[in-house]
Amino acid sequence: MTSVKSLLTKPWIWSFLGALLVWLATIAFTGGYGAGGMVTAALSLAVFTVIVGVGQMFVITLGPGNVDLSLPANIGLASAVAMKVMDGNDSMIALGLLAALACGAAVGAVNYLLIWALRIPPIIATLSASFIIQSIDISYGRGLQIKPPPGFADFANWQVLGIPVLAILTVLFTIGAAIALQRMIYGRSVLAIGQNIRAAWLAGVNVGRIRFLTYTLSGALGGIDGALLAGYFRGANVDIGNEYLLASIAVVVIGGTSVAGGKANVPGVWGAALFLVLLLTMLNTFGVSAGVRLLLTGLIIVGVITAAGGQKALR
Amino acid sequence: MPEGNADIIRLNGAEKHFGAVRALGGVDFHVGSGECVGLVGHNGAGKSTLMHMVAGTLVPDSGQIGVHGGIEDNYSVSRAQQLGIRCVFQELSLCPNLSVAENTRINHASLRGFGWRRKAADLIAAKLDEIFPGHSISASDIVGDLSIGRRQMVEVARAFTVTQDRLDLVILDEPTSSLDAHTAGQLLAFVRRFVAGGKSCILISHVLGEVLRNADRIVVMRDGKVVVADAASAFDRDRLVTAMGGAEARQKIAAQIAAAKPSASPLRVRARPAAQKDGTDLVACAGEIIGLAGLAGHGQTDLLLAIFAAASRARTGIEVTAPVALVAGDRQSDGIFPQWSIAQNIGIRSLARLRNGLLISPQREAELAAFWQKKIGIRTPEMNNNIFSLSGGNQQKALFARALGSDAQIVLMDDPMRGVDIGTKLEVYDLVREEAARGRTFLWYTTETEELDNCDHIYVFKNGRIVANLRRDELTEEKIIQSSFGDAA
Repeated sequence: MTSVKSLLTKPWIWSFLGALLVWLATIAFTGGYGAGGMVTAALSLAVFTVIVGVGQMFVITLGPGNVDLSLPANIGLASAVAMKVMDGNDSMIALGLLAALACGAAVGAVNYLLIWALRIPPIIATLSASFIIQSIDISYGRGLQIKPPPGFADFANWQVLGIPVLAILTVLFTIGAAIALQRMIYGRSVLAIGQNIRAAWLAGVNVGRIRFLTYTLSGALGGIDGALLAGYFRGANVDIGNEYLLASIAVVVIGGTSVAGGKANVPGVWGAALFLVLLLTMLNTFGVSAGVRLLLTGLIIVGVITAAGGQKALR
Repeated sequence: MPEGNADIIRLNGAEKHFGAVRALGGVDFHVGSGECVGLVGHNGAGKSTLMHMVAGTLVPDSGQIGVHGGIEDNYSVSRAQQLGIRCVFQELSLCPNLSVAENTRINHASLRGFGWRRKAADLIAAKLDEIFPGHSISASDIVGDLSIGRRQMVEVARAFTVTQDRLDLVILDEPTSSLDAHTAGQLLAFVRRFVAGGKSCILISHVLGEVLRNADRIVVMRDGKVVVADAASAFDRDRLVTAMGGAEARQKIAAQIAAAKPSASPLRVRARPAAQKDGTDLVACAGEIIGLAGLAGHGQTDLLLAIFAAASRARTGIEVTAPVALVAGDRQSDGIFPQWSIAQNIGIRSLARLRNGLLISPQREAELAAFWQKKIGIRTPEMNNNIFSLSGGNQQKALFARALGSDAQIVLMDDPMRGVDIGTKLEVYDLVREEAARGRTFLWYTTETEELDNCDHIYVFKNGRIVANLRRDELTEEKIIQSSFGDAA
């Protein structure tokens, strides 16, 4: 009983409960049909949101005003870079992934450079960077869909006993991210900066370096996400990352990370990503229109932020 | 001074507490019409709190306020305005994005309709001409473009402008701090004329000569109480200084410090304030406790921050030879991480040493916290509780533990004992002396003169510069006050 109680105090538990609830509602509607397939599909799609969500989580944890709005454009460009480097050739997969990673990291580094050197607020800096990135992407990819090598596409869609391999790898990655957040100097520094940037500086935290690393990390994760998305959907295009602007922020917030900074958790990103994907599936099953789907997603985010704010006031 | 005139304002037994800190402890204060009252005292003596009550911006916890003979139960800023009481606070209150005339309009609701800007401009220009002849400020100037001295002139002139409300009393809180000698003289001459016309003034100034020359009556405050109130002619400079500082002899720990000190210890810090024109440096060696004294906000914190920054990135004029840690005075904005436990708050400065491989070891973090809990006496059953479960004094101890538990050989203290109870203070003083004996260097900015007794060497600051450099055996409170209150030389 005490373990259940302590579980209920974890901020991430609610996103998993939400995901479970939505899943149950859907299979109740279909009379149990497609329950397993739904989980498999949800895991496959949630992976992409989780990867960028973790990057966004670190950025948002840096404190009020910190957010990476360049992720969609970054994902689009990196997907094109990866596919061009791979060039449909299975032997070039590793190089293509590296190129995507480097491309994303470069975007992140440029983002921080704009914030630091020109003292532009992160929202403006990353948003304006995303316009530049998108323009580069359009001229670089020429708006064409570029196909992945067959081996890479198979890898991105590979399943073992109904569990996507990519999801397993992402779980391992998120475990690493959680350790980095709670047990490494980097994570502690991010949390300190998010709570009070001046106090962090005065306590000896290298504020500039940590912020630089965080934006670069977010960019790099966006880059690798772009490559994986292109593999999964069998083709890169400019718009491939569009839905990840809202989604990356939504999973961070719904997962129990504080928008005010200084408080983060990784499991919640998984719970929230599954919740969002399953919610979409449910609304599709119910036959709701696209407009209503977006409306509900927005309302849920507003609701969660309100609930989280209420919790804080109690303390 | 005309006797028997009705009081403009009278406060009886005014008390004010901010949390555990007593800012005012039962003060009786009054201002008669046609008199200029000088108000002097150290930082934190309660002058500003008292003036905020007179101006209606603070409500006393207990006590009575009477204006023009009638008791005011719901006294407020707007009521004070109606009753003819104005205030020029130290913090300049003009809106920097508006013009001089527009700023004037803010205080005068009756300037309305077409041409209000013209009317406001005429009003303020006339008053500026009257107080500061030859001032060269235009009513259409944007306040943000004016120099700090001119802004202060506008602020003062605006307080003396009259439209529909009456004007009986103006509080001038450090009105000359940004003015040069000439304009300051113009202002004080105007104050005399104003008072001669039957109106009243309260004059707060750290330049004691100004108060002695211009006030009719002087009220001296210390530790939230009025210690002396007498006609200005009954005071001279020495009597004022003695009254402000407390003449009682304090026991000094000096002997043991002087005896224990190694003769030639290595240099730890050599720093020169940015505004320092002569070649004076602040010098600190291993094992020394260096005091930074003077009035609050005269460049002490700036120098500490510059030294802190110089430890990680070289700066000209500052030499730092060992790792530095800082103990914040403003806990909430410079020190505490509100989401974290006491142990995490202590460990943040020492993360690199708490590592086991790549990961921070929770066990080592707990050991560090437990060691300092015992050593510095942090009163809590559980170091994993949130930092805010501690009282203010114990939070401050945690910040000391953060600095002392780190590898820093130089500890900067930014007036860390603000609002800390005396028991905690004495414990920390002992600890600081003990750590200094082990070779650590302390740079200690304090606004409490008693704390300087713990220091080997004291630098007194004024206007961002070192103005006096006192050895431990030369230190007397009068000397510090003489230097920090020195008339603009």
